[in-house]
Amino acid sequence: MKFIDEYRDPDVVKALLRRIDAAAQKISRTVTIMEICGSHTYAIGRFGLRNLLPQNIRLISGPGCPVCVTSSRDVDIALYLAGLDHVVFATFGDMLRVPGTGGKSLQKKRAAGADVRVVSSADECIALALNDPQKEIIMMGIGFETTAPTIAAVIASCRKKDIRNFSVFSVHKIVPPAINTLLTDPLLNIDGFLCPGHVSTMIGAAAYQMIPDSGRAAVITGFEPVDILEGVWMLLKQIDSGRMEVAIQYSRGVKPEGNMRAMNLLHSVFETNDAEWRGLGTIPASGLALRGDFESFDTLNKFSLPDIKSGDISGCGCGDILRGIKLPGDCPLFKKVCTPVNPIGPCMVSSEGTCSTYYKYY
Amino acid sequence: MCIGFPGKIISIDKDNYAIIDISGTRREVCLDIIDEPADVGDYVISHAGYAIHKIDPATAKEKLDCLQEIIDNEIY
Ligand code: SF4
Repeated sequence: MKFIDEYRDPDVVKALLRRIDAAAQKISRTVTIMEICGSHTYAIGRFGLRNLLPQNIRLISGPGCPVCVTSSRDVDIALYLAGLDHVVFATFGDMLRVPGTGGKSLQKKRAAGADVRVVSSADECIALALNDPQKEIIMMGIGFETTAPTIAAVIASCRKKDIRNFSVFSVHKIVPPAINTLLTDPLLNIDGFLCPGHVSTMIGAAAYQMIPDSGRAAVITGFEPVDILEGVWMLLKQIDSGRMEVAIQYSRGVKPEGNMRAMNLLHSVFETNDAEWRGLGTIPASGLALRGDFESFDTLNKFSLPDIKSGDISGCGCGDILRGIKLPGDCPLFKKVCTPVNPIGPCMVSSEGTCSTYYKYY
Repeated sequence: MCIGFPGKIISIDKDNYAIIDISGTRREVCLDIIDEPADVGDYVISHAGYAIHKIDPATAKEKLDCLQEIIDNEIY
């Protein structure tokens, strides 16, 4: 397997662990490292990396699972839209079981007759729209800078093809403003960040400059065991030397300048707006809304919403877990009431959610 | 959400869709937002049905050499 097996090589893993041990001993105090990306959380759990690290290296998970950070209100709006007549509601599979206020989910809506379709790529909506001209196809636009350009591409393509029965309910979010919030959180004291691999493929390295500017270390890291361990080692070297920067471990997947073609497309279709994150609250300019130019593809422009009363899921600690101030084990419902089969909160629903990863691997 | 495995381009059709091979599994991905023009035989990273990055073999090799050095220079 080209570009995969090499990054799972046990000899390299062992060599890196010895380097990490040496670096951690030198630093001697407890070092807190946050992985921001849900795919990192998953990989760290799957490969058992947390237990291989020295005692004084603490890995905590951040708000990097798009489904998990979607607010209850946005889930409730999705549930409302999916229930409308003449609507086909398209979504990525992760979203299906996320409960809204009162415990309903898209899956339950579908069982009750709503036309909810799971797509693995947003461009499947084009065929849905062409095949069903009487229906309005609504795509739930969810995800960070990696996914938003794919939705932008579909919108651009629908404009070109003059497809009018397609719109996007955008709850997209962008990563750097959330990192800013974490950097200023008085309850968190993060020494370094493992920055997300594929978000960085798009946005490049400069977008994280506020991390070294605030005196913390940053390494853009890939998803294989060797990637993650090398990322940790590179962070420790920065922390030990006091010379902070945004380093790229994942050079095979990330260019310093990012993917400008995709970012230009993203910015031509979307503009930033204030967005509510589960756990982090409302963060200025952290969401993506359709530009006025594309309002005919904006679900919220096409449909008016009733008064929706939303509230957090009672007893669920996902909010604090997404901020990195609690672990799943701190939630009284974890493994007892809340399991992957019967998830109470989004962090247990998504395969990349911190609770789901901890359920499987710890 | 990130299926990060690199795939090798097997073919490209007239609508700019490629068939890629990810260690034996074939998938169709759109090339509309990839960062560099890609051809049959190139390795690309894709996300949610779109290729997003063409892997530069020289950069990838440099990294592997670097990792090999970490082993070779073990002093412990
Ligand atoms: S274990 Fe369940 S209820 Fe508790 S924080 Fe996680 S998702 Fe929420």
